[in-house]
Amino acid sequence: MNIVLRLAWRNLWRHSRRTWLTIGAMVFSNTLLVFMISLQFGMYALMVDNTLKVFTGHMQVQAPGYNDDQKMRQVVPDVAGLAASLRESLGSDEIAARGWAFGLASSAERSYGIGIYGVEPDFEPRVSSIPGLVTEGRFFTDTNDPAIVVGAVLARNLRATIGDEITLLGTGVDGSFAAAVVTIVGIFDSSVVDLDRSIALMPLGAFQDVFFMNGAGHQVVLFADSLSAVGTLRREVEGLLPDGDDLVVHDWDALQPGLKQAIQADISSAFFMYAILVILVAFSVLNTQLMSVLERTREFGIVMALGLRAGRLGRLVMLETALMGFIGLILGAIGGALVTSWFTANGLSFPGMQEMAAQFNLPARVYPSVSFLSALLGPLVVFLFTLLAAAYPALRLHKVRIVDAMRTN
Amino acid sequence: MRMLSVLSRLAWRYLWRNHRRTIVMLGAISIGAWAMIFMTALTRGMVDQMILDGISALPGHVQVHHPDYLDDPSINNLLPLDDEELERRFAGAGFVAWSSRVKVPAVITSERESRGVTLLGIDPAAERGLTFIDEENIDGRFLEGPDDKGIVIGAKLARTLETEVGKRVVLMSQDPDNDIADRGFRIIGLFHASMPDHEDGYVFVGKRVAQNMLRIGGATTEVVFLGDDYRNVEPTYEQVLAAVDGSVSVKRWNEVATYLGSMLEVMDGFVVIWVIVIFLALSFGLVNTLVMAVFERVREIGLMMALGMKPSAILGQIILESMLLLIVGLAIGDLLAWASIQPIKDGLDISIVAEGMEMMGASSILYPKLLLQDVVLANVVVLILGFLASLSPAWRASRYEPVEAITKV
Repeated sequence: MNIVLRLAWRNLWRHSRRTWLTIGAMVFSNTLLVFMISLQFGMYALMVDNTLKVFTGHMQVQAPGYNDDQKMRQVVPDVAGLAASLRESLGSDEIAARGWAFGLASSAERSYGIGIYGVEPDFEPRVSSIPGLVTEGRFFTDTNDPAIVVGAVLARNLRATIGDEITLLGTGVDGSFAAAVVTIVGIFDSSVVDLDRSIALMPLGAFQDVFFMNGAGHQVVLFADSLSAVGTLRREVEGLLPDGDDLVVHDWDALQPGLKQAIQADISSAFFMYAILVILVAFSVLNTQLMSVLERTREFGIVMALGLRAGRLGRLVMLETALMGFIGLILGAIGGALVTSWFTANGLSFPGMQEMAAQFNLPARVYPSVSFLSALLGPLVVFLFTLLAAAYPALRLHKVRIVDAMRTN
Repeated sequence: MRMLSVLSRLAWRYLWRNHRRTIVMLGAISIGAWAMIFMTALTRGMVDQMILDGISALPGHVQVHHPDYLDDPSINNLLPLDDEELERRFAGAGFVAWSSRVKVPAVITSERESRGVTLLGIDPAAERGLTFIDEENIDGRFLEGPDDKGIVIGAKLARTLETEVGKRVVLMSQDPDNDIADRGFRIIGLFHASMPDHEDGYVFVGKRVAQNMLRIGGATTEVVFLGDDYRNVEPTYEQVLAAVDGSVSVKRWNEVATYLGSMLEVMDGFVVIWVIVIFLALSFGLVNTLVMAVFERVREIGLMMALGMKPSAILGQIILESMLLLIVGLAIGDLLAWASIQPIKDGLDISIVAEGMEMMGASSILYPKLLLQDVVLANVVVLILGFLASLSPAWRASRYEPVEAITKV
């Protein structure tokens, strides 16, 4: 072993209690950081996933302005044709066309205003979780069926069930009066009350008939292979859009601006807390290293008199700190990974979480999982700040006056 | 008593004998205390605002409905008590505010578009303090009385409907016999709300106009009551409960808005956890400082004991040192927190993440809320835990054998 390294190692254990306490502060913070960061990133991924797979998708092709105003006449012409050609050119099936309209749905007893999606029976299940949540009846088979799938709360409020007929009243794409009678073929239960209360699906062909769409729709929904592939896919899609039509592609961030911002707001408040933890650890290290330098003033004076330069001693102090920080890093990362793994197996839940989670489309129990990044990110930052904190005591050595130092008691 | 004053003077002097160490430790404690209080004030402010917004988004503190209304908010679930009866039971009962409303789903249609909304038939004089409407911030004017024939809608909704003040819209809903009930209204005002969802979702008309349109006589769908403080709604709840029988359901706000209710509980828990986490991060440094302080004056302690000082006095002195350190650190931290909250007391603009905050149900201006109870909690927790943490080094110091201690090099 290198002599400086050995020296540093021995110096650390001169006051083993103090060293362990300082390492303890690091391990505590690191464990907490690893766990919290794993939990956070896991929740964000779930939040994005669960929110986007309801209706939004990773991106949508729309008419300009539709994203803000959602007006009937802001249409994508020949929407099914566009979706089909995109599916072919991109070789992906996770692409589907949709129309959206507002209408008044009336059963024999009740009337409610609802949002109606016209969807492609074959492809909607690939881009939305709703078809999979049909708990009673079935999803559509034929695109021209005068059929409707409604949310569970809506069905209950309408006092209607499978096989009942519903009257739809609304405004067609040209502003004319649109009306139709459709049969309930399925009921979905997403357990998000707002969705279950106010949304219904129709086959795209029938939807276009009722609202005089003339083959048009309002959006083509696409999913990329992963969130990180969204940018690439978006550029590809933009290149594939027909030249004549004035269409735009919005990614999920533009479609659901609240989602990314909620995450950002959460990240910034979390980072404030992490920063405080890191600073407190840095103070702890600063204190320890300052002590260890001060109590060795005499010793340092002697070795400097023997010809050792202050810079070399400073490196020794930094090396001691680095060794200490390294032990803290390893133990903390392991500790954090263990804690997280326990929750990976058992799930994490606390009172009140269910209601909070529902607000963000999250399950009531989350299972954080530790990754290489989440296990090392926090501890590495702590390690850096540890070294930074030791800089002051190390630089202080340059001011030591040898004769005075040797006389210190 | 004299002993105490001698001991505390000794403790104070020891602290400053090694002033660098004390200053570093004080820095850590102050930053910790500052972070505890500052962060708590910010989150408190956020939750507070969320709840105030939520309550002003119409639930009031206590509300009365038909037992089935919350599950199925339709015209068929009218309150069995009409306005005259309500007036007799609740007028002059000393509520801060109370009001009965007609609140049913409806469809609003302009020449261009239609949308689903919640129709609110209100008596504007009784609603003061119960709605989110800021009467100063209305384009046009607000309703003047329960017989006002105009309609007030949100500015955002007006944009979607491509309509404006002075134009006509048609409201469509159903009467209790499930016949379509509709009526034309002239828009007299556009309101602005801190939550875009409110601007989209609610329209206001005069209560008696709504009752005529829906053909329900003097009936309403809900009565809301406002007490003094949302944290203590029991008196209002009891009072309302005593005035009605089992034919209606009486609910507190946190039973209706479960997300907000659980948010409040989660936040109370968060404050305690946050304080304890920070303390733990601090405690390593604190114990370390005390251990060092004991270690470097073993001889001195031995000498004092040889001179006849009782072990309990040594114990007391070390604990006093720790307490003094904590008290001074806490005082600086409290002051820092107060000083940093003062300039942002009138609101911290975080509109950069406005839509994300809305997803959490919060508005984009954050008003930090410094509660005395939180400050007390932080300080008391730190002092008590700090006392416990200093027991071990203090105990060790008081157990030294005088002879061994004096001869220790």
